[in-house]
Amino acid sequence: MAIVFQPTEGLTKKPLHYCPGCNHGIIHRIIAETLVEMGLLDDAIGVASVGCTYNSYEYFSCDFVQAAHGRAPAVATGIKRTHKDKVVFTYQGDGDLASIGTAEIIHAAARGEKICAFFVNNAVYGMTSGQMAPTTLLGQVTTTSPFGRDASYQGYPINVSELISNLTGAVYVERVCVTDYKNIMNAKKAIRKAFECQLSGKGFAFVEFLSTCPTNWGKEPVEAMDWLKEKMIPQYPLGCFKGADVDFTKADENEEVKS
Amino acid sequence: MAQKRVLMKGNEVIAEAALRAGCRNYFGYPITPQTEVMHYMAKKMVQIGGNFVQAESEVSAINMVYGAAAAGARVLTSSSSPGISLKQEGISYIAGAELPAVVVNIVRAGPGLGGIQPAQGDYFQATKGGGHGDYRNIVIAPASVQELYELTVEAFNLADKYRMLVMILGDGTLGQMMEPVAFRDVEPIEVYDKPWACTGRGDRKEHNTITSIYIDPDTLEVKNRELQDKYALVTANEVRYEAFGLEDAEIVITAFSTCSRISKNVIRQAAELGIKVGMIRPITLWPFPSQIISETAAKSNVKAFLDVELNAGQMVEDVRLAVNGQKPVYFHGRMGGNLPTQKEILDKIIEIHNGGNN
Repeated sequence: MAIVFQPTEGLTKKPLHYCPGCNHGIIHRIIAETLVEMGLLDDAIGVASVGCTYNSYEYFSCDFVQAAHGRAPAVATGIKRTHKDKVVFTYQGDGDLASIGTAEIIHAAARGEKICAFFVNNAVYGMTSGQMAPTTLLGQVTTTSPFGRDASYQGYPINVSELISNLTGAVYVERVCVTDYKNIMNAKKAIRKAFECQLSGKGFAFVEFLSTCPTNWGKEPVEAMDWLKEKMIPQYPLGCFKGADVDFTKADENEEVKS
Repeated sequence: MAQKRVLMKGNEVIAEAALRAGCRNYFGYPITPQTEVMHYMAKKMVQIGGNFVQAESEVSAINMVYGAAAAGARVLTSSSSPGISLKQEGISYIAGAELPAVVVNIVRAGPGLGGIQPAQGDYFQATKGGGHGDYRNIVIAPASVQELYELTVEAFNLADKYRMLVMILGDGTLGQMMEPVAFRDVEPIEVYDKPWACTGRGDRKEHNTITSIYIDPDTLEVKNRELQDKYALVTANEVRYEAFGLEDAEIVITAFSTCSRISKNVIRQAAELGIKVGMIRPITLWPFPSQIISETAAKSNVKAFLDVELNAGQMVEDVRLAVNGQKPVYFHGRMGGNLPTQKEILDKIIEIHNGGNN
């Protein structure tokens, strides 16, 4: 009988601890699959952050370093500068990357660090039980915005991809979601392109994944997917903000002339 | 043949020592009075193909150190007091993940933004923790530019040997002063295998992970005990100090780094007055040389201790613990970036000699 689906060797056999309907499982899987498909698993070093994915190093089967809250891009900088021939990526949530770690992500991008940052935005702090995140939508109820996020009181959501794309050092920036087959395949393409960008040595690559948090949103898994599409995408439009036309697998003409 | 000596500034010697110890990674952020370490690295590290990154903050710099150490590299950062406070988060993580790294603190006066003149007010922070959790760093206090060279090289070896953070605790005087230094040969560089490092899985069957999180209390307690066992080993093996004049000393000065140098001159002056003064100079502030202090306190010729520091009295607490009530322990300290004069210390010695008051 033909095998049509099987575990990827990019992930360990440890069962995931994520809540039902959470998108981390899908995102883990497509990153791991991409590493395997590109033959990068033995050369990859991941950096885990603080939040629900603090122990993602137990799920990925490549080398992994666990970082302090928000500091993953700095840790990845130290790793990549040490091993320039390896592929280094961070995996961070919205509290980690867009709140406590804003300095680290902005400056890693500005320096054009040859790393990939995978940013999972579910508009809420998951691990610490549903507090308001920098990416929480206006009107969204959380445990620390119990009356709904009020712009006059709690300010506005941060569109991180748009922000990062303004930095010259960031050469590939895309926002995706994983709500259905088509979007999952598109997200996987973005992951591949981010790794290709890193291998090209051109600069910093950033992929934002819109993601669900049924537990802290107080929604059923399917309902959460619908909420993401209806509420999150209008605030966080999908698409490539930078590097859409660049094929990172091809050396550009200038480089060819030089060599 | 006499070793060739060159005149160099303390901070630059730290950087040169790191390069000679095989360190090829420096991450830092500017702050007075340690900036020359950074300037030296910005040029030399790049010239020899190493990594120099001026980070966006001290917080980022120490986390770059964490990353490079996790990747198996010898790595250095340097800063001064307010910057070292910012690094404490990363220092705790480095201790938890058992990573080798060298951190230089060229101490300035505090608290807060304080001043930029020399001080030793970070003794508590350096030796008692600084960051959160039960951990220790090896803390080394050089007293001359020559020692800055030799002890910085040694710091890298100790860091790798024990998978620990080693802090060089200097002060503005030591960092800024110029003295002749002989770059005695440290070859061959001690090389330690790092099979635990995250280098990419390569041919390894299992992937490596570097982490400091252990959610299960029993697992974490086992880890805690392992760390404590390691610290006990370091305490047994790595205590360093300089002692002299203890055989007939009436008064024993305890002082480290800059204060020990001022005090040494006072000892000669006291001898001219017929007062025998000895000295114990801790070179490792952690592990602390408690045993020699305790044994010295038991000697019949020793009547009292005088601890001299550039703070309100920090190391003196460890001296008192070691003396354990056997003899009185007096203290003289200056703060704010001021240094004690030899006369101040001599007056204190005469006062103690004449019956003293605490």
